[in-house]
Amino acid sequence: MAQIDPALDVSPATESAAPVRRLIPGIASRPRTLWGDAWRRFHRHKLAMIGSAVLLLLIVIIAFGPLVYRVDKEDLDFTAVQSPDIVSRVIQTLTTGTTSDGLGITLAHPMGTDDLGRDIFARVLYGGRISLLVGFVAMAIAVGLGSLVGALAGFFGGIIDQILMRVTDLFLSLPVLPLLLVTIYLFRDQTTRALGPVLGIFMIVVVMIGALAWMSTARIVRASFMSLKEKEFVEAANALGVSRGSIMFKHILPNVLSPIIVAATLEIGNAIIAESTLSFLGVGFPPDTPTWGRLVTDYYQSLQVAPYMAIWPGMMIFLSVLSINFIGDGLRDALDPRSRL
Amino acid sequence: MIAYIVRRVLIAIPTLLLISFIIFAVLSLAPGDPLSAFARNPAITPQTRELMRKQLGLDQPWPVRYVKWLAASAQGELGMSFAAKIPVNELIKQRLPQTLKVVGIAYLIAVLVAIPIGILSAVKQYSIFDQAATTLAFIGFSLPSFFTGVLFVLIFAIKLGWFPTIYDTSLQVRDWHSFTLQIRQMVLPVGVLAVQQSAALTRFMRSSMLDNLPLDYVRTARAKGLTERSVVMRHVVTNSLIPVITLIALGIPTIFAGAIITENIFRVNGLGSLLINSIETSDTPVVMALAFIFAVLTVSFNLIADILYGVVDPRVRYN
Repeated sequence: MAQIDPALDVSPATESAAPVRRLIPGIASRPRTLWGDAWRRFHRHKLAMIGSAVLLLLIVIIAFGPLVYRVDKEDLDFTAVQSPDIVSRVIQTLTTGTTSDGLGITLAHPMGTDDLGRDIFARVLYGGRISLLVGFVAMAIAVGLGSLVGALAGFFGGIIDQILMRVTDLFLSLPVLPLLLVTIYLFRDQTTRALGPVLGIFMIVVVMIGALAWMSTARIVRASFMSLKEKEFVEAANALGVSRGSIMFKHILPNVLSPIIVAATLEIGNAIIAESTLSFLGVGFPPDTPTWGRLVTDYYQSLQVAPYMAIWPGMMIFLSVLSINFIGDGLRDALDPRSRL
Repeated sequence: MIAYIVRRVLIAIPTLLLISFIIFAVLSLAPGDPLSAFARNPAITPQTRELMRKQLGLDQPWPVRYVKWLAASAQGELGMSFAAKIPVNELIKQRLPQTLKVVGIAYLIAVLVAIPIGILSAVKQYSIFDQAATTLAFIGFSLPSFFTGVLFVLIFAIKLGWFPTIYDTSLQVRDWHSFTLQIRQMVLPVGVLAVQQSAALTRFMRSSMLDNLPLDYVRTARAKGLTERSVVMRHVVTNSLIPVITLIALGIPTIFAGAIITENIFRVNGLGSLLINSIETSDTPVVMALAFIFAVLTVSFNLIADILYGVVDPRVRYN
């Protein structure tokens, strides 16, 4: 591997030194904690705060919306086929005085209905549960696997490190999208048969996305472990007779949490995009399981006559991923101020 | 240096062998029969199907087939397409130009847009320009490229009618008129890919500039009395480009993967749409060949990135 000569590599902090804290002598304030400081830094990151609010709102709507908004995703409303969403209604009323279905401004179908009269909001709510869940579970798999590989490689070093890092390099050289497409397309019938139509696809999508996304976490964790295992607290734990497993996961791992959390956050966004891309290409969830990506594909054909149908689910993907990326950026500033994108 | 390159190439070869083995195994172990399309055809008897299976070599165990595939591909023969009944090489030769044109232009544009924006963003850190660029970059990499495509089609093709929604691959450039048609139909697919690539590159360029700006050599250059312009352009930019060049090389495989999505949206008749079609028709030789080509791209550009890093940065030592 090409490496920068440490003597010549001057890596400066990119930000100017943290502003001098208001150190007023004589006033004993509450002791500051690491997480308290991180929270303060995160709080100052406006976009991250907005992102958190939006994501939280989305999660609440998706989780509890169906309890309030009691329209099933498959309900057909023949009185309102392809009726426009609320925004189009307002625009149409303002420009022409009436809406294309003559109903004026109503709240009946806030995101409109599709060509069969199914309620798009209900479908978006349903799809959101799957899309977000795919994001979180795939992230958990990727980060769990990456942390384990990184911890083992960094802690034990030597031949274990060599082997694990070669495997990591190999995975980094795999063509991710083609491989996702191929494996999911080829194996989805089997998993569907074993686990049922929704869970079967869900598992293969999540496992494959996770299995192809753990490498960056592994590298980050490995690097941190390599430096931390030389520290005095590890030596102390060793001297006290703490088992190696405990040292790795109870003593060292908590110190590596910051970069892991940052990587994990961004991974959720990546996984949501990956799933929606697969569904868009027709290789993810089947048409009767309308995830956000699937809805965009299904409604893309009607883009000319009823653009809102594809735009709403697409906007939900965009909004959730954007919020997650802002949160990730805020977390990076808060937890890991030295590294930044 | 030479020893380093040789060693890296020697590592790349087994990596590729292993990847090809993995892909081949996945394809062979998957349930599903490449000849299942014929099973539904009443004109083809089961006997004929067995004969075809034998002729295609599908009756042999897959490790044997892998070795044969490997031997053939080492000589540049990637097999026969089950669906198109022509050599895979031929098929790829037909499709490659479309993909290369779109991908190449998109990447060139992405780089040419991203680097100046990244430089300006860093030099004027926290200015309105920087904040606008940052926001746009975040939007850029939070938009899944298929949705960028949908939005572009809606705005520029349907609402404004500036560009066609579908890429006509049969169009031949003969005169000025057909040339403008070709340019117009390329704008949207190229745009979608460029947006995505430039978003990430802008951020990398900016952060690389920010890493360099506070360094001592910059202060020295200023102390010598150089104009700010030449400090930035001659000293900081050249040094900041070092890691970015690596990332530009590493981005090339991803933009090819992006082409799978854009070709699907705009019906570009390229390698990406060939891959999707072949997966759907269980055309294993084509899928294998394309997946392997993607792997070769990834491995080679990783290699190129590593070597470039050493070429442009004399601080890099090879151990």
